[in-house]
Amino acid sequence: MIVIRDLVKRFGHVEAVNGVSLTVKRGQVVVIIGPSGSGKSTVLRCINHLETPTSGEIWVDGMKLTHNHKDINAIRAEVGMVFQQFNLFPHLTALENIMLAQRVVRRRDAREAERIARAQLERVGIPEKAGAYPGQLSGGQQQRVAIARALAMNPKVMLFDEPTSALDPEMIKEVLDVMLELARDGMTMVVVTHEMGFARNAADQIVFMDKGLIVEQNTPDQFFSNPREERTRLFLSQVLR
Amino acid sequence: MAAVSSTTTPSSVQGNFVERLARLPWWLLLLILAGVTLLYQFLTNELYTVILDKLTRGIATTIFVTLISFSIAILVGLLAGLGRVSKNPIIYNLATLYVQVIRGLPILVWIFYVAFVLTPAFFSFVNGLGDLLAPLLGPDNFLTQASTQDVTLLGRAVIALAFAYGGYEAETFRAGIQSISRGQMEAARSLGMSYLQAMRYIILPQAVRRVLPPLGNDFIAMLKDSSLVSVLGVRDITQEARLYVAASFRYPETYNTLAFMYLSMTIVLSLIVKGVEARLGKDGRGTS
Repeated sequence: MIVIRDLVKRFGHVEAVNGVSLTVKRGQVVVIIGPSGSGKSTVLRCINHLETPTSGEIWVDGMKLTHNHKDINAIRAEVGMVFQQFNLFPHLTALENIMLAQRVVRRRDAREAERIARAQLERVGIPEKAGAYPGQLSGGQQQRVAIARALAMNPKVMLFDEPTSALDPEMIKEVLDVMLELARDGMTMVVVTHEMGFARNAADQIVFMDKGLIVEQNTPDQFFSNPREERTRLFLSQVLR
Repeated sequence: MAAVSSTTTPSSVQGNFVERLARLPWWLLLLILAGVTLLYQFLTNELYTVILDKLTRGIATTIFVTLISFSIAILVGLLAGLGRVSKNPIIYNLATLYVQVIRGLPILVWIFYVAFVLTPAFFSFVNGLGDLLAPLLGPDNFLTQASTQDVTLLGRAVIALAFAYGGYEAETFRAGIQSISRGQMEAARSLGMSYLQAMRYIILPQAVRRVLPPLGNDFIAMLKDSSLVSVLGVRDITQEARLYVAASFRYPETYNTLAFMYLSMTIVLSLIVKGVEARLGKDGRGTS
Protein backbone atom coordinates (compact mmCIF):
# COMPACT_ATOMS: atom_id res chain seq x y z
CA MET A 1 0.00 0.00 0.00
CA ILE A 2 2.79 2.39 0.94
CA VAL A 3 6.36 1.91 -0.20
CA ILE A 4 9.05 4.34 0.89
CA ARG A 5 12.53 3.99 -0.54
CA ASP A 6 15.62 5.88 0.67
CA LEU A 7 13.66 8.90 1.87
CA VAL A 8 15.81 11.91 2.77
CA LYS A 9 14.46 15.23 4.00
CA ARG A 10 16.65 18.20 4.87
CA PHE A 11 15.51 21.50 6.38
CA GLY A 12 18.35 23.80 5.42
CA HIS A 13 21.40 22.00 6.80
CA VAL A 14 19.43 19.90 9.28
CA GLU A 15 18.83 16.33 8.19
CA ALA A 16 15.44 15.37 9.59
CA VAL A 17 15.18 12.07 7.72
CA ASN A 18 18.36 10.41 6.65
CA GLY A 19 17.49 7.54 4.30
CA VAL A 20 14.39 5.69 5.45
CA SER A 21 12.86 2.72 3.64
CA LEU A 22 9.56 1.32 4.83
CA THR A 23 6.77 -0.84 3.43
CA VAL A 24 3.21 -0.83 4.74
CA LYS A 25 0.97 -3.61 3.46
CA ARG A 26 -2.77 -3.33 2.97
CA GLY A 27 -4.62 -3.60 6.28
CA GLN A 28 -1.47 -3.27 8.31
CA VAL A 29 -1.08 -0.99 11.31
CA VAL A 30 2.42 0.40 11.58
CA VAL A 31 3.32 2.41 14.66
CA ILE A 32 6.35 4.68 14.53
CA ILE A 33 7.91 5.57 17.86
CA GLY A 34 11.06 7.36 18.88
CA PRO A 35 12.36 10.39 20.77
CA SER A 36 11.31 13.86 19.63
CA GLY A 37 13.29 15.14 16.69
CA SER A 38 13.88 11.62 15.41
CA GLY A 39 12.13 12.43 12.11
CA LYS A 40 9.08 10.24 12.61
CA SER A 41 6.55 13.03 11.96
CA THR A 42 8.52 14.14 8.92
CA VAL A 43 8.28 10.66 7.40
CA LEU A 44 4.52 10.77 7.92
CA ARG A 45 4.21 14.24 6.41
CA CYS A 46 6.22 13.19 3.37
CA ILE A 47 3.74 10.39 2.64
CA ASN A 48 1.02 12.89 1.69
CA HIS A 49 3.53 15.47 0.51
CA LEU A 50 2.92 18.07 3.22
CA GLU A 51 6.70 18.05 3.18
CA THR A 52 8.49 17.71 -0.15
CA PRO A 53 11.13 14.99 0.11
CA THR A 54 14.68 16.07 -0.63
CA SER A 55 15.30 12.72 -2.29
CA GLY A 56 13.93 9.21 -2.35
CA GLU A 57 10.75 7.67 -3.72
CA ILE A 58 7.29 7.14 -2.25
CA TRP A 59 4.47 5.07 -3.73
CA VAL A 60 0.94 5.16 -2.36
CA ASP A 61 -1.46 2.51 -3.66
CA GLY A 62 0.68 2.04 -6.75
CA MET A 63 0.83 5.78 -7.52
CA LYS A 64 4.26 7.35 -7.36
CA LEU A 65 4.45 10.71 -5.60
CA THR A 66 5.76 13.38 -7.94
CA HIS A 67 5.72 17.16 -7.88
CA ASN A 68 2.67 17.28 -10.14
CA HIS A 69 -0.01 19.16 -8.21
CA LYS A 70 -2.95 17.27 -9.69
CA ASP A 71 -1.40 13.94 -8.72
CA ILE A 72 -0.63 15.18 -5.22
CA ASN A 73 -4.22 16.30 -4.66
CA ALA A 74 -5.46 12.96 -5.96
CA ILE A 75 -3.20 11.03 -3.59
CA ARG A 76 -4.08 13.23 -0.65
CA ALA A 77 -7.76 12.49 -1.16
CA GLU A 78 -6.89 8.79 -0.69
CA VAL A 79 -4.75 9.39 2.38
CA GLY A 80 -6.52 10.60 5.52
CA MET A 81 -4.46 12.60 7.99
CA VAL A 82 -5.10 13.33 11.66
CA PHE A 83 -3.02 16.07 13.29
CA GLN A 84 -1.75 16.60 16.81
CA GLN A 85 -3.53 19.98 16.94
CA PHE A 86 -6.79 18.60 15.40
CA ASN A 87 -6.89 21.49 12.88
CA LEU A 88 -10.66 21.52 12.63
CA PHE A 89 -12.06 24.46 10.69
CA PRO A 90 -13.29 26.78 13.45
CA HIS A 91 -15.78 28.67 11.28
CA LEU A 92 -17.70 25.49 10.38
CA THR A 93 -19.81 23.13 12.51
CA ALA A 94 -18.67 19.54 13.10
CA LEU A 95 -21.04 18.38 10.37
CA GLU A 96 -19.84 21.04 7.91
CA ASN A 97 -16.22 20.18 8.73
CA ILE A 98 -16.90 16.62 7.62
CA MET A 99 -18.99 17.60 4.59
CA LEU A 100 -16.80 20.27 2.98
CA ALA A 101 -14.06 18.17 1.37
CA GLN A 102 -16.62 15.56 0.30
CA ARG A 103 -18.43 18.32 -1.59
CA VAL A 104 -15.50 20.13 -3.20
CA VAL A 105 -13.04 17.24 -3.68
CA ARG A 106 -15.25 14.16 -4.06
CA ARG A 107 -18.03 16.21 -5.70
CA ARG A 108 -20.76 14.48 -3.69
CA ASP A 109 -24.11 16.22 -3.51
CA ALA A 110 -25.16 17.82 -0.23
CA ARG A 111 -27.53 15.04 0.76
CA GLU A 112 -25.07 12.23 0.33
CA ALA A 113 -22.27 14.19 1.97
CA GLU A 114 -24.49 14.84 4.98
CA ARG A 115 -25.58 11.20 5.20
CA ILE A 116 -21.95 10.06 5.19
CA ALA A 117 -20.95 12.79 7.65
CA ARG A 118 -23.64 11.74 10.13
CA ALA A 119 -22.67 8.09 9.74
CA GLN A 120 -19.03 8.93 10.50
CA LEU A 121 -19.99 11.00 13.55
CA GLU A 122 -21.97 7.97 14.73
CA ARG A 123 -18.92 5.81 14.17
CA VAL A 124 -16.70 8.01 16.36
CA GLY A 125 -19.42 8.13 19.00
CA ILE A 126 -20.59 11.76 18.97
CA PRO A 127 -23.62 11.97 16.62
CA GLU A 128 -25.21 14.56 18.94
CA LYS A 129 -22.39 17.05 18.28
CA ALA A 130 -23.18 17.53 14.58
CA GLY A 131 -24.26 21.16 15.01
CA ALA A 132 -21.51 22.17 17.42
CA TYR A 133 -18.62 24.43 16.47
CA PRO A 134 -15.09 23.19 17.27
CA GLY A 135 -14.76 25.85 19.98
CA GLN A 136 -17.67 24.24 21.82
CA LEU A 137 -16.12 20.76 21.83
CA SER A 138 -13.57 19.19 24.17
CA GLY A 139 -10.18 18.22 22.81
CA GLY A 140 -11.14 14.55 22.62
CA GLN A 141 -14.35 15.37 20.78
CA GLN A 142 -12.51 17.65 18.37
CA GLN A 143 -10.00 14.92 17.58
CA ARG A 144 -12.81 12.43 16.96
CA VAL A 145 -14.48 14.89 14.57
CA ALA A 146 -11.11 15.24 12.83
CA ILE A 147 -10.94 11.45 12.45
CA ALA A 148 -14.51 11.39 11.12
CA ARG A 149 -13.60 14.16 8.67
CA ALA A 150 -10.73 12.11 7.29
CA LEU A 151 -12.77 8.88 7.18
CA ALA A 152 -15.62 10.51 5.25
CA MET A 153 -13.31 10.72 2.23
CA ASN A 154 -13.08 6.90 2.17
CA PRO A 155 -9.30 6.96 2.42
CA LYS A 156 -7.25 3.88 1.68
CA VAL A 157 -4.70 4.83 4.32
CA MET A 158 -4.96 6.80 7.53
CA LEU A 159 -1.99 8.73 8.92
CA PHE A 160 -1.99 9.78 12.58
CA ASP A 161 0.56 12.39 13.68
CA GLU A 162 0.71 12.17 17.49
CA PRO A 163 -3.09 12.27 17.71
CA THR A 164 -3.25 12.20 21.51
CA SER A 165 -0.26 14.38 22.43
CA ALA A 166 -2.30 17.57 22.78
CA LEU A 167 -5.08 15.92 24.81
CA ASP A 168 -5.81 15.98 28.53
CA PRO A 169 -5.12 12.54 30.01
CA GLU A 170 -8.79 11.68 30.56
CA MET A 171 -9.56 12.21 26.87
CA ILE A 172 -6.76 10.10 25.44
CA LYS A 173 -8.68 6.85 25.84
CA GLU A 174 -11.74 7.94 23.86
CA VAL A 175 -9.54 8.78 20.88
CA LEU A 176 -7.42 5.63 21.17
CA ASP A 177 -10.62 3.53 21.35
CA VAL A 178 -11.77 4.98 18.04
CA MET A 179 -8.36 4.20 16.53
CA LEU A 180 -8.37 0.64 17.88
CA GLU A 181 -11.81 0.10 16.39
CA LEU A 182 -10.53 1.40 13.08
CA ALA A 183 -7.55 -0.96 13.19
CA ARG A 184 -9.85 -3.92 13.88
CA ASP A 185 -11.97 -2.94 10.88
CA GLY A 186 -8.89 -3.48 8.72
CA MET A 187 -7.90 0.10 7.95
CA THR A 188 -4.31 0.56 6.80
CA MET A 189 -2.77 2.90 9.34
CA VAL A 190 0.54 4.61 10.03
CA VAL A 191 0.60 6.06 13.53
CA VAL A 192 3.22 8.27 15.13
CA THR A 193 2.60 8.16 18.86
CA HIS A 194 4.05 8.02 22.35
CA GLU A 195 1.24 5.73 23.54
CA MET A 196 3.09 2.43 24.12
CA GLY A 197 -0.13 0.70 25.21
CA PHE A 198 -1.72 1.45 21.86
CA ALA A 199 1.41 0.36 20.03
CA ARG A 200 1.41 -2.98 21.86
CA ASN A 201 -2.32 -3.63 21.30
CA ALA A 202 -2.95 -2.36 17.79
CA ALA A 203 0.30 -2.52 15.85
CA ASP A 204 1.32 -5.21 13.40
CA GLN A 205 4.73 -3.67 13.12
CA ILE A 206 6.60 -1.26 15.34
CA VAL A 207 9.22 1.01 13.84
CA PHE A 208 11.71 2.66 16.17
CA MET A 209 13.37 5.77 14.75
CA ASP A 210 16.24 7.82 16.06
CA LYS A 211 18.26 10.64 14.44
CA GLY A 212 16.44 10.33 11.14
CA LEU A 213 17.03 6.60 10.76
CA ILE A 214 15.06 3.43 11.43
CA VAL A 215 16.93 1.73 14.27
CA GLU A 216 14.75 -1.31 14.63
CA GLN A 217 11.55 -2.73 13.21
CA ASN A 218 9.68 -5.71 14.61
CA THR A 219 6.36 -7.13 15.78
CA PRO A 220 5.11 -5.68 19.10
CA ASP A 221 5.83 -8.94 21.00
CA GLN A 222 9.44 -9.13 19.88
CA PHE A 223 9.96 -5.40 20.04
CA PHE A 224 8.87 -4.94 23.64
CA SER A 225 10.08 -8.23 25.12
CA ASN A 226 13.23 -8.75 23.15
CA PRO A 227 14.64 -5.55 21.60
CA ARG A 228 17.77 -6.17 19.53
CA GLU A 229 19.43 -2.79 19.63
CA GLU A 230 21.03 -1.08 22.60
CA ARG A 231 19.45 2.25 21.56
CA THR A 232 15.99 0.66 21.60
CA ARG A 233 16.54 -0.83 25.05
CA LEU A 234 17.60 2.55 26.39
CA PHE A 235 14.53 4.25 24.91
CA LEU A 236 12.15 1.59 26.21
CA SER A 237 13.64 1.75 29.68
CA GLN A 238 12.91 5.48 29.67
CA VAL A 239 9.32 5.31 28.42
CA LEU A 240 8.17 2.07 30.12
CA ARG A 241 8.48 2.77 33.79
CA MET B 1 -15.55 41.02 47.19
CA ALA B 2 -18.83 40.69 49.09
CA ALA B 3 -17.15 41.68 52.36
CA VAL B 4 -15.72 44.81 50.78
CA SER B 5 -19.01 45.97 49.31
CA SER B 6 -20.93 45.37 52.54
CA THR B 7 -18.65 47.75 54.42
CA THR B 8 -18.93 50.50 51.82
CA THR B 9 -18.75 53.91 53.46
CA PRO B 10 -20.46 57.08 52.14
CA SER B 11 -17.11 58.47 50.99
CA SER B 12 -16.40 55.47 48.75
CA VAL B 13 -19.89 55.75 47.28
CA GLN B 14 -18.90 59.26 46.34
CA GLY B 15 -15.62 57.90 44.96
CA ASN B 16 -17.54 55.44 42.79
CA PHE B 17 -19.79 58.26 41.58
CA VAL B 18 -16.82 60.42 40.57
CA GLU B 19 -15.20 57.43 38.93
CA ARG B 20 -18.31 56.66 36.96
CA LEU B 21 -18.66 60.31 36.03
CA ALA B 22 -15.08 60.32 34.74
CA ARG B 23 -15.78 57.28 32.60
CA LEU B 24 -18.67 58.88 30.68
CA PRO B 25 -17.84 59.61 27.01
CA TRP B 26 -17.42 63.33 27.58
CA TRP B 27 -15.73 63.80 24.25
CA LEU B 28 -18.91 62.66 22.53
CA LEU B 29 -21.07 64.95 24.65
CA LEU B 30 -18.85 67.95 23.87
CA LEU B 31 -18.92 67.07 20.20
CA ILE B 32 -22.70 66.76 20.22
CA LEU B 33 -22.90 70.11 22.00
CA ALA B 34 -20.83 71.70 19.24
CA GLY B 35 -22.99 69.97 16.66
CA VAL B 36 -26.20 71.21 18.25
CA THR B 37 -24.84 74.75 18.32
CA LEU B 38 -24.10 74.49 14.61
CA LEU B 39 -27.49 72.94 13.93
CA TYR B 40 -29.07 75.90 15.66
CA GLN B 41 -27.08 78.15 13.32
CA PHE B 42 -28.24 76.22 10.26
CA LEU B 43 -31.86 76.78 11.31
CA THR B 44 -31.64 80.43 12.32
CA ASN B 45 -28.65 82.01 10.60
CA GLU B 46 -29.35 82.70 6.96
CA LEU B 47 -25.69 82.63 5.94
CA TYR B 48 -25.23 79.16 7.46
CA THR B 49 -28.41 77.97 5.75
CA VAL B 50 -27.08 79.12 2.39
CA ILE B 51 -23.69 77.49 2.98
CA LEU B 52 -25.21 74.19 4.10
CA ASP B 53 -27.38 74.21 1.01
CA LYS B 54 -24.34 74.81 -1.24
CA LEU B 55 -22.18 72.14 0.35
CA THR B 56 -24.97 69.55 0.36
CA ARG B 57 -24.82 69.58 -3.44
CA GLY B 58 -21.48 67.81 -3.15
CA ILE B 59 -22.60 65.14 -0.69
CA ALA B 60 -23.74 62.72 -3.40
CA THR B 61 -20.31 62.98 -5.05
CA THR B 62 -18.48 62.45 -1.77
CA ILE B 63 -20.53 59.35 -0.98
CA PHE B 64 -20.29 58.07 -4.54
CA VAL B 65 -16.51 58.46 -4.65
CA THR B 66 -16.11 56.80 -1.25
CA LEU B 67 -18.36 53.82 -1.96
CA ILE B 68 -17.14 53.07 -5.48
CA SER B 69 -13.46 53.61 -4.69
CA PHE B 70 -13.67 51.49 -1.58
CA SER B 71 -15.47 48.64 -3.35
CA ILE B 72 -12.79 48.55 -6.03
CA ALA B 73 -10.08 48.89 -3.38
CA ILE B 74 -11.39 45.80 -1.57
CA LEU B 75 -11.23 43.75 -4.77
CA VAL B 76 -7.79 45.05 -5.75
CA GLY B 77 -6.55 44.64 -2.18
CA LEU B 78 -7.80 41.06 -1.96
CA LEU B 79 -6.05 40.11 -5.21
CA ALA B 80 -2.83 41.94 -4.29
CA GLY B 81 -2.97 40.48 -0.77
CA LEU B 82 -3.23 36.97 -2.23
CA GLY B 83 -0.28 37.89 -4.43
CA ARG B 84 1.71 38.95 -1.37
CA VAL B 85 1.36 35.48 0.17
CA SER B 86 1.85 33.64 -3.14
CA LYS B 87 4.77 31.25 -3.56
CA ASN B 88 4.97 32.12 -7.26
CA PRO B 89 7.90 34.59 -7.47
CA ILE B 90 6.44 36.53 -10.41
CA ILE B 91 3.07 37.09 -8.74
CA TYR B 92 4.71 37.83 -5.40
CA ASN B 93 7.08 40.42 -6.84
CA LEU B 94 4.40 42.16 -8.92
CA ALA B 95 2.12 42.44 -5.90
CA THR B 96 4.97 43.65 -3.68
CA LEU B 97 6.06 46.23 -6.24
CA TYR B 98 2.52 47.61 -6.36
CA VAL B 99 2.16 47.74 -2.59
CA GLN B 100 5.55 49.35 -2.02
CA VAL B 101 4.98 52.02 -4.67
CA ILE B 102 1.58 52.92 -3.23
CA ARG B 103 2.85 52.98 0.33
CA GLY B 104 5.79 55.16 -0.66
CA LEU B 105 3.75 57.86 -2.40
CA PRO B 106 1.60 60.58 -0.85
CA ILE B 107 -1.99 60.00 -1.98
CA LEU B 108 -2.14 63.53 -3.34
CA VAL B 109 0.86 62.91 -5.60
CA TRP B 110 -0.58 59.54 -6.65
CA ILE B 111 -3.87 61.22 -7.65
CA PHE B 112 -2.04 63.74 -9.84
CA TYR B 113 0.07 60.95 -11.30
CA VAL B 114 -2.90 58.77 -12.21
CA ALA B 115 -4.93 61.66 -13.58
CA PHE B 116 -2.27 63.32 -15.70
CA VAL B 117 0.39 60.68 -16.38
CA LEU B 118 -1.00 57.15 -16.21
CA THR B 119 -4.37 57.84 -17.82
CA PRO B 120 -2.87 59.62 -20.90
CA ALA B 121 -0.16 56.94 -21.09
CA PHE B 122 -2.83 54.24 -21.06
CA PHE B 123 -4.68 55.87 -23.90
CA SER B 124 -1.62 56.45 -26.06
CA PHE B 125 -0.93 52.73 -25.57
CA VAL B 126 -4.52 51.93 -26.63
CA ASN B 127 -4.22 54.25 -29.63
CA GLY B 128 -0.96 52.60 -30.62
CA LEU B 129 -2.64 49.22 -30.34
CA GLY B 130 -5.44 50.53 -32.57
CA ASP B 131 -2.93 51.65 -35.21
CA LEU B 132 -1.29 48.26 -35.03
CA LEU B 133 -4.62 46.50 -35.56
CA ALA B 134 -5.76 48.95 -38.23
CA PRO B 135 -5.44 46.33 -40.99
CA LEU B 136 -7.90 44.18 -39.03
CA LEU B 137 -10.29 46.72 -37.55
CA GLY B 138 -10.05 49.54 -40.10
CA PRO B 139 -8.15 52.84 -39.68
CA ASP B 140 -10.83 54.55 -37.55
CA ASN B 141 -11.51 51.71 -35.12
CA PHE B 142 -12.64 52.30 -31.54
CA LEU B 143 -9.09 51.83 -30.26
CA THR B 144 -7.62 54.71 -32.26
CA GLN B 145 -10.64 56.90 -31.48
CA ALA B 146 -10.35 56.39 -27.74
CA SER B 147 -9.03 59.48 -26.01
CA THR B 148 -7.99 60.57 -22.54
CA GLN B 149 -10.89 62.99 -22.55
CA ASP B 150 -13.28 60.04 -22.49
CA VAL B 151 -12.45 59.53 -18.84
CA THR B 152 -13.76 62.36 -16.68
CA LEU B 153 -11.68 63.74 -13.84
CA LEU B 154 -14.20 62.14 -11.49
CA GLY B 155 -13.45 58.78 -13.07
CA ARG B 156 -9.70 59.31 -12.76
CA ALA B 157 -10.09 60.42 -9.17
CA VAL B 158 -12.07 57.27 -8.33
CA ILE B 159 -9.49 55.03 -10.02
CA ALA B 160 -6.61 56.78 -8.24
CA LEU B 161 -8.23 56.50 -4.82
CA ALA B 162 -9.27 52.90 -5.45
CA PHE B 163 -5.75 51.79 -6.33
CA ALA B 164 -4.20 53.81 -3.52
CA TYR B 165 -6.40 52.10 -0.96
CA GLY B 166 -6.05 48.80 -2.80
CA GLY B 167 -2.39 48.92 -1.78
CA TYR B 168 -3.28 49.49 1.87
CA GLU B 169 -5.98 46.80 1.90
CA ALA B 170 -3.52 44.37 0.32
CA GLU B 171 -1.43 44.55 3.49
CA THR B 172 -4.55 44.23 5.64
CA PHE B 173 -5.58 41.07 3.79
CA ARG B 174 -2.03 39.70 3.87
CA ALA B 175 -1.89 40.13 7.62
CA GLY B 176 -5.31 38.51 7.97
CA ILE B 177 -4.35 35.51 5.85
CA GLN B 178 -1.04 35.03 7.65
CA SER B 179 -2.77 35.21 11.03
CA ILE B 180 -4.60 31.95 10.26
CA SER B 181 -2.56 29.06 11.62
CA ARG B 182 -0.57 26.93 9.16
CA GLY B 183 -2.43 23.84 10.31
CA GLN B 184 -5.61 25.10 8.65
CA MET B 185 -4.00 25.09 5.23
CA GLU B 186 -2.36 21.71 5.93
CA ALA B 187 -5.64 20.15 7.05
CA ALA B 188 -7.42 21.43 3.96
CA ARG B 189 -4.63 20.26 1.65
CA SER B 190 -4.45 16.86 3.36
CA LEU B 191 -8.12 16.37 2.48
CA GLY B 192 -7.24 16.79 -1.19
CA MET B 193 -8.28 20.41 -1.66
CA SER B 194 -6.23 22.53 -4.05
CA TYR B 195 -4.49 25.70 -2.83
CA LEU B 196 -7.26 27.88 -4.25
CA GLN B 197 -10.03 25.73 -2.79
CA ALA B 198 -8.36 25.86 0.63
CA MET B 199 -8.04 29.64 0.32
CA ARG B 200 -11.66 30.04 -0.71
CA TYR B 201 -13.36 27.72 1.75
CA ILE B 202 -11.00 27.68 4.74
CA ILE B 203 -8.51 30.54 4.93
CA LEU B 204 -10.37 33.54 3.49
CA PRO B 205 -13.64 33.08 5.44
CA GLN B 206 -11.63 33.15 8.67
CA ALA B 207 -9.26 35.91 7.52
CA VAL B 208 -12.07 38.21 6.35
CA ARG B 209 -13.73 37.95 9.74
CA ARG B 210 -10.50 39.07 11.36
CA VAL B 211 -9.86 42.01 9.04
CA LEU B 212 -13.40 43.41 9.26
CA PRO B 213 -12.55 45.99 11.98
CA PRO B 214 -9.44 47.34 10.17
CA LEU B 215 -11.42 47.42 6.91
CA GLY B 216 -14.10 49.49 8.69
CA ASN B 217 -11.47 51.93 9.87
CA ASP B 218 -10.07 52.16 6.36
CA PHE B 219 -13.53 52.91 5.05
CA ILE B 220 -13.66 55.91 7.40
CA ALA B 221 -10.19 56.95 6.24
CA MET B 222 -11.40 56.66 2.64
CA LEU B 223 -14.34 58.95 3.39
CA LYS B 224 -11.89 61.55 4.70
CA ASP B 225 -9.40 61.10 1.86
CA SER B 226 -12.18 61.44 -0.71
CA SER B 227 -11.77 65.17 -0.02
CA LEU B 228 -8.52 64.96 -2.01
CA VAL B 229 -10.46 64.57 -5.25
CA SER B 230 -11.22 68.30 -4.95
CA VAL B 231 -7.72 68.97 -6.31
CA LEU B 232 -8.95 67.62 -9.65
CA GLY B 233 -11.93 69.94 -9.50
CA VAL B 234 -14.35 67.11 -8.72
CA ARG B 235 -17.26 68.76 -6.94
CA ASP B 236 -17.46 66.90 -3.66
CA ILE B 237 -18.32 68.78 -0.47
CA THR B 238 -14.74 69.99 -0.05
CA GLN B 239 -14.66 71.42 -3.56
CA GLU B 240 -18.06 73.08 -3.04
CA ALA B 241 -16.68 74.66 0.13
CA ARG B 242 -13.57 75.91 -1.66
CA LEU B 243 -15.67 77.38 -4.45
CA TYR B 244 -17.96 79.15 -2.03
CA VAL B 245 -15.05 80.53 -0.01
CA ALA B 246 -13.36 81.80 -3.14
CA ALA B 247 -16.41 83.90 -3.96
CA SER B 248 -17.54 84.96 -0.49
CA PHE B 249 -14.46 84.92 1.76
CA ARG B 250 -16.69 83.43 4.49
CA TYR B 251 -13.94 81.20 5.83
CA PRO B 252 -15.12 80.37 9.37
CA GLU B 253 -18.73 79.72 8.45
CA THR B 254 -17.89 77.61 5.40
CA TYR B 255 -15.22 75.47 7.01
CA ASN B 256 -17.27 75.09 10.20
CA THR B 257 -20.00 73.61 8.06
CA LEU B 258 -17.57 71.43 6.10
CA ALA B 259 -15.99 70.06 9.29
CA PHE B 260 -19.44 69.47 10.73
CA MET B 261 -20.46 67.40 7.71
CA TYR B 262 -17.35 65.19 7.79
CA LEU B 263 -17.44 64.74 11.54
CA SER B 264 -21.09 63.76 11.67
CA MET B 265 -20.40 61.05 9.07
CA THR B 266 -17.12 59.76 10.55
CA ILE B 267 -18.29 59.71 14.17
CA VAL B 268 -21.38 57.68 13.30
CA LEU B 269 -19.30 55.29 11.18
CA SER B 270 -16.67 54.80 13.88
CA LEU B 271 -19.38 53.97 16.40
CA ILE B 272 -20.73 51.36 13.97
CA VAL B 273 -17.24 49.88 13.51
CA LYS B 274 -16.82 49.69 17.28
CA GLY B 275 -20.14 47.85 17.55
CA VAL B 276 -19.16 45.33 14.88
CA GLU B 277 -15.80 44.82 16.55
CA ALA B 278 -17.45 44.13 19.91
CA ARG B 279 -19.83 41.61 18.34
CA LEU B 280 -17.05 39.77 16.52
CA GLY B 281 -15.01 39.72 19.71
CA LYS B 282 -17.86 38.11 21.60
CA ASP B 283 -18.35 35.02 19.51
CA GLY B 284 -15.22 32.94 19.70
CA ARG B 285 -15.59 31.36 16.29
CA GLY B 286 -13.29 33.86 14.64
CA THR B 287 -10.28 32.37 16.39
CA SER B 288 -8.61 29.14 15.53
